Parts: sequence; structure tokens; C-alpha cells
Amino acid sequence: MTPAAQNQMLDKTLAARQALDAWTREIVQWHFNPETGCPFWLEFAHKLDWDPRREVQTYADLDRLGFFQDEWLRGGPVRRWIPRAYANRPAYVFETGGSTGVPKSRINIEDFRIDYEDFSDELPDEAFPRGSDWIMIGPSGPRRLRLAVEHLAQHRGGICFMTDLDPRWVIKLIKRGKIDEAEAYKQHVVEQALTLLRAHDGIRCMFTTPKLLEALCEKISLKKAGIRGVFCGGTEMTPQFHRFAVEELLEGAYFAPTYGNTLMGLAVHKPRLPEDNYAVIYYPPAPRAMIEVVDPADPSRVVEYGQTGRVRLTTLTRDFFMPRFLERDEAEREPPYERYPWDGVRNVRPFQALNKTVVEGVY
Amino acid sequence: MAGLLHIPILRAGDPYRSLDIARTPHYRTREPFVEISLANVGLIRRDLRQQQEAKAILAGFSASELYGMCSRAAALFGESSLPLGDSAQSPEDYVRQVSATTGLPNVMVRRNMQKIRTVLADMETVVNGLTRHLDRDVFDAGYAGDVSYFPRGDSLGVVLPSNSPGVHSLWIPAFAMKVPLVLKPGSAEPWTPYRIIQALIHAGAPPQVFGYYPADHAGGGEILRQCGRGMVFGDVSSTRPWQGDPRIEIHGPGYSKIVIGEDCIDDWEQYLDVMLASILENSGRSCINASGVWVPRHAEAIAEALAQRLATVVPRDEADDAAQIAPFADAGVAGRIAKMIDGELDSEGVRDVTARYRAGSRLAIYRGCSYLLPTIVLCDSPEHPLANREFLFPFASVVPVSQAEIPRALGPSLVVTAITRDRALIARLLASPNVGRLNLGGIPTCRISWDQPHEGNLFDHLYARRAFQCAV
Repeated sequence: MTPAAQNQMLDKTLAARQALDAWTREIVQWHFNPETGCPFWLEFAHKLDWDPRREVQTYADLDRLGFFQDEWLRGGPVRRWIPRAYANRPAYVFETGGSTGVPKSRINIEDFRIDYEDFSDELPDEAFPRGSDWIMIGPSGPRRLRLAVEHLAQHRGGICFMTDLDPRWVIKLIKRGKIDEAEAYKQHVVEQALTLLRAHDGIRCMFTTPKLLEALCEKISLKKAGIRGVFCGGTEMTPQFHRFAVEELLEGAYFAPTYGNTLMGLAVHKPRLPEDNYAVIYYPPAPRAMIEVVDPADPSRVVEYGQTGRVRLTTLTRDFFMPRFLERDEAEREPPYERYPWDGVRNVRPFQALNKTVVEGVY
Repeated sequence: MAGLLHIPILRAGDPYRSLDIARTPHYRTREPFVEISLANVGLIRRDLRQQQEAKAILAGFSASELYGMCSRAAALFGESSLPLGDSAQSPEDYVRQVSATTGLPNVMVRRNMQKIRTVLADMETVVNGLTRHLDRDVFDAGYAGDVSYFPRGDSLGVVLPSNSPGVHSLWIPAFAMKVPLVLKPGSAEPWTPYRIIQALIHAGAPPQVFGYYPADHAGGGEILRQCGRGMVFGDVSSTRPWQGDPRIEIHGPGYSKIVIGEDCIDDWEQYLDVMLASILENSGRSCINASGVWVPRHAEAIAEALAQRLATVVPRDEADDAAQIAPFADAGVAGRIAKMIDGELDSEGVRDVTARYRAGSRLAIYRGCSYLLPTIVLCDSPEHPLANREFLFPFASVVPVSQAEIPRALGPSLVVTAITRDRALIARLLASPNVGRLNLGGIPTCRISWDQPHEGNLFDHLYARRAFQCAV
């Protein structure tokens, strides 16, 4: 990078940081204001001996609120998460986890639409043609992804065809060692997709998970099926899978890997560059969410660029405020990129130190 | 990590360097010694869609040509430099590399190397042993006279262990029987299957019939699910999912034993060397090593004599030709095994006979590595929890048992060396479904006769007979 380009990049990074600080102030004002905030955060503020609205001036100041606990999202009353300003708006509840025990629930008013409309701006029109139809081969049920992908298709002028997939059932089958049944269930989902693809020849765009993409490509040629763009996510994606998909599965279709979840939203993939050697690099939708890589032993400390650490999420939207949530993933910290002048993450995978096998199933 | 050896995946014989890499350490330094490309499950599945093509390629060669390739491969395997990823591997490199990641002393690697070489060189004899001398036409034409066999699957998928290279001699005959191979090597012993494949390719074998997929547990499972026939090596828990699947031959613990009859027991001292060899050879790492000596009397005297002799076995350098035991590449495993045995020794009815003959504890540290020293325990009955156990080091229980209870009391035993001339006892052993291989007389359990099947007959696993009449 030339010195001029470096300076330009620094300016962009600084501007992004200033925007993040400003947005943080706005969101803190919103969630801790008795007129607009949600009962959870108002009650939380009540127990503090300081006023977040006055004292949180920058993104870094959010550290003072401590770490968001995922237990807060398990069980009710779920309405404590609805901002008072949205009291009369239709509310959605999306769930994450839940193959055993109580899932985490997250209230949504309009975030999934905003997030996916923003994401839509990152998709190339030649690969995801406007007006063309989509197929969603992924989780159905109480998942944000199901509605979000449909909204993405609609936002781009298309119709989204859906499959039925209960990921909790798949995880149960795998935990019970019923691998053949899990395989049969995967084939059941793939057959649904094949039927839709054969019956509707206007489908050009697809959402699916890595494992379902592999399974689908064992049955058909994406090229012959007319698929031009694949938006892929939902589970861990390795550089080797990324390369395998590009070299052997996609037959020239555009590949848009993503990292996201119900709590944070959707992180976009850095465009594929030879020097990245298929590393899967994501940037969060700043300032609406931030993904940072922190020292597992001291999660308030962000690690150096290139170092490995635990993924920490912060969600900053009017629907939902989630500061400093320690995700069950680890990654390397990635420096800002021209189009996304803020921190990214490289090669996200399950957090090893938790020392617990994560059963991902087909989803 | 510049300069580290790299072992690629082989996709239809073609090297493929994965972005997913495992680094196996040197057993002593714990520094990364070799990088191994790991195959993702989707890649394995994709390749295995070509099984029929590989089978058709192999069917294009005659049995005679394949035996010739094996014979040439034997010499290449034992004497030549062969490709190892982007580098070359001499026979001595191979010996040192296997030692480096498994801890097996050089001298044992060389012995195992010789085993593999013998199997390759004598492949026709080995296959004849498995088929009981069926005519070659059964492989070439599908029938000979009125005898016809058909292959049960398009390929043989094998999930391999890391304990000892000799075990690889078990799957090689599949190639000569025209069945393509899909191998998942053990993480600490990727060397031997790779070298065997390279030797065969350089001897003229078509590369397309070899798949070599280092992978995680899920990758191994995929190979077993996708191949028509399979073999899996592992402990009881790792092989449990395949119990009851007739496509998969399971090679788990052997629980091999030496049994001495009433008629020979008073001469037990004559058989001490057979017992020692059965327990100690190859560092006790094989399923064909004896883990039990079952006798009608003199149990204590036998245990004391074995313990006294085995107490002279001490850790030595890997290059020392006198080395008889291997360290554990993972020190934690050695510690856990030692602790498990000590836990059982706290119970009634068992004694560690070796304890008073050796200077320190069972778990020994030598040049920074963990070894488990040979251990003989004396149990008071076949019911004791340590009476019928197998560990990855020279360990055996001496168990007093009434001859009338044999073979019922033995339980499943891969190899039984029965030192007896008692016709009734021999008849019972011959009739027992629990005895995988029977040696009558003073033959060490680990002595292999290559014209005999081992833990299931590979030919029967790969081929089935059909009724056949021919009037043309």
C-alpha cells in the first residue's frame, strides 16, 4: 500500500470510528430513555450508580456496562426487550439454539429487514439478478434466517421458494448417533429443493448452508439448474470448504459466504483475493453491529491484528442493544479493509477453550 | 512453517494440497514434524462418486499382472526412494519418520517394514491363502469352472490406526483382488499407507484406484458409509457405531491369549520364551500380542518368572537396536492408562507382580518421554476386572482357570495359542466361535502366517459366491 493509500485508509478508519461513536451515543440514548427504551435496559440502568446516557460517549465506553449474558435471553418475559417506542408495532421473536433446553429469544421489529436490505447492497446484480426468484434451502421455523432471506428476495424483486428444515431434529439425531437418519433427513431437504428447482425455472439465486450445498451439488449441476449466485452461511466455513466450493461445486456461480446470527445480524464476506488464499474474512455491518476479537483470559482486551482470540459481538440497533457479548467462536483479528474500514474477523470457528463438541448438523 | 514435510491427500492417485492442515509432532520434542493435508467431508463424498470408474480400471488388469506389480512394489517399498508429497523418501527416511511420530523404535519399524514387504512380494501366496487356492480366473473372468464369485462392493474403505505399521499388510491384498482402496490414515502414522501406494504406483499400478484421505473423525465415517465394503481399526468406543454393519469389518482390541492345558502345565518353563515374545514383541502394541496367560495351575510361579524377565526391559533410544518398548507419543495417554491400572490394582484379588522387580513405577520418563514398563498382574479368577484387558504396551494378566472352563471363560480372543495335546480341549477350542485364530503348540500369538486369514477373511469380506452353471 502506498503512503497516500495508507493515509486514505487511516482517514476512512477514523471516520468510521467517529460514526461508530456517534451511533453508540444515539443508541444508548434510545435504549436508556424511559420514553423509548426497553424495560430490561431501563431496569438495568436503575441499578447503576451512573447514567449511561450521560457517560457513554464513545463505543469504548460500552465496556462500563460489562458483558451481556446469554442467559438473559433464555425465557421470559420476552416483552421486556421491546423498546417502549415500538410498543404498538408488530413484534417478531426469533430463536437461536434450542435443540435441548430453552432457546435464546430475540425480539425483532424491523432489524431483519434493515440488515438484509443493507446486505443486498453488497450483492452483485449480475450474480443475484434483480427480479429473479430465490430458493431458501435452510432452517425453517422460529429462525430469523427464514424470514430474512425471503425479505431479501422480495427486496430485490423476487419471490422466495422455501424448504422445510428443522435443525433441532438433525442435532438430536446426531447426538444420538443416528447418522444414517440424519443423512436421510438431509436428503429429504435436498429432494425438496430439487423438486422446486425443477418446477420453477426462474430461480437464479440460492441461500443454503455449506453441508446442504455439498449435498445438492451431488445431485445436480448448479449451472444447469440456472443458479447464478449462492448466499451461504449458517454454520462454520473453513478456507478449505471455501476453496472446494469455488473450485468444484459452484461451476462459476458467485459465492457469498456470510457469518451471522440471530443476535448480531449479518456480516459480509471480503471479496475473494488471491493473497487471502480462500481465508474466510468477514466484516460486521458497522455501526449497527461490531465483531471484535478479544483475549479469552481478559475479554475486555482486543487482541492485536492477526492474533487469535474469542469473538465478541456488540449489537447497536433501535430494536436491540447487546453490548460485549462473548460468542462461542474464535477467529483471527483482521485489519480494516477499504470497503469496510473497521475490524473484521478471519476464519471463524468454534471456540476451542470451551472444550465442548459443537454439533452443527446440516444447519 | 517453512521446511516442514507435507503429506498431501491423494485423489484418484493425484496429490492435492488442502488448506486444512494437521501438524503431527515429533514424539520426543513435541515440535511439529509433518504437515498433513486434511480432506473435507464434501471432497471425500465427491470423489467417492467415481468408485465404479476406479473399479473398472482395476478390472482391466489380470490377476497375474497385479501380482507382478505387488512383487515389484515390494522391492520399491523396501529399497527405493519414493515420492512423499513434494519431497522424496528413502527407506531410512521412512524408518526415521515413522519413529518420529509414533515413538516406535527404528528396529521395530524395520521389522514391520519387512512384514509389509513380504506380503507384497508373496501376494499370490497371500491371496491363495485367503481364497483357499481358487483359480485366478475367478478374478479375471468372474468364474472358473462352476465356481463364481462377485465383488460385494466397488471399493474397500479403511479407517487406519497409528499403533504399528505392520497392520497395513492387512488391506494390501484388496488391490490384488481388484478392489480399489480408499484409505484414511491414522494421524500419527500417515507414512506407511502413503509409501505403499507410491510403491504400487511406481510398480505400474493405475493411480486412479487409490484414494488417500487424511481426515477428521467425520471424514473417516464418510469413507465407511460411502464405500461398498469397509474396515475400521480402533478401540471399543470408536468402532461401536459400526457394530452390526455387515459391510464393515471391525478390528478392535484382540484380547489374544496363551492357554496352557493340564497336560503341559507342569512344563511351563519350556514355554516362557513363547509367552514373553507374545507379550513383548512390537512393544505389545498389536492386537495379536498376548494380554493374558490362562493356566490351570502354577499361575503365581509363571507370573513371577514373566515379571522377572520383563523387568529387564527398559526404555532405550529409538535408534538402539536393543530397544524393546516404545514411548507414548501422547504422555497424557500413558498417565491415564497407568492410573486406570492402579485403580484396578486397589481392588481385592489382584497383584502387580512386576512391581517388586522394577526400580521405579510403571510410568517411566526417559529423555523426556513417557513409557509404560512391561507389567504382569496375577488375578485370582477370570472374573477379576483386570483378567481380560488389553492396553497399548506389554501388559498381561496371568489367570488361574479350570481347564473345563476353557474356552467359555476366555471370551472373544483374536488369537489363542493353546499349549496342549489334549484332544478334548483342542476340539472345544476348534469349535469355539470366540477364537479368531488358533495356534496349537508353542507358537507366539504374534507370529503371522501370511497364507492364513487374519481377523476375518478379506476375500470373504470383499467377495461372495454365487450359484453358477455354464453351458456356453
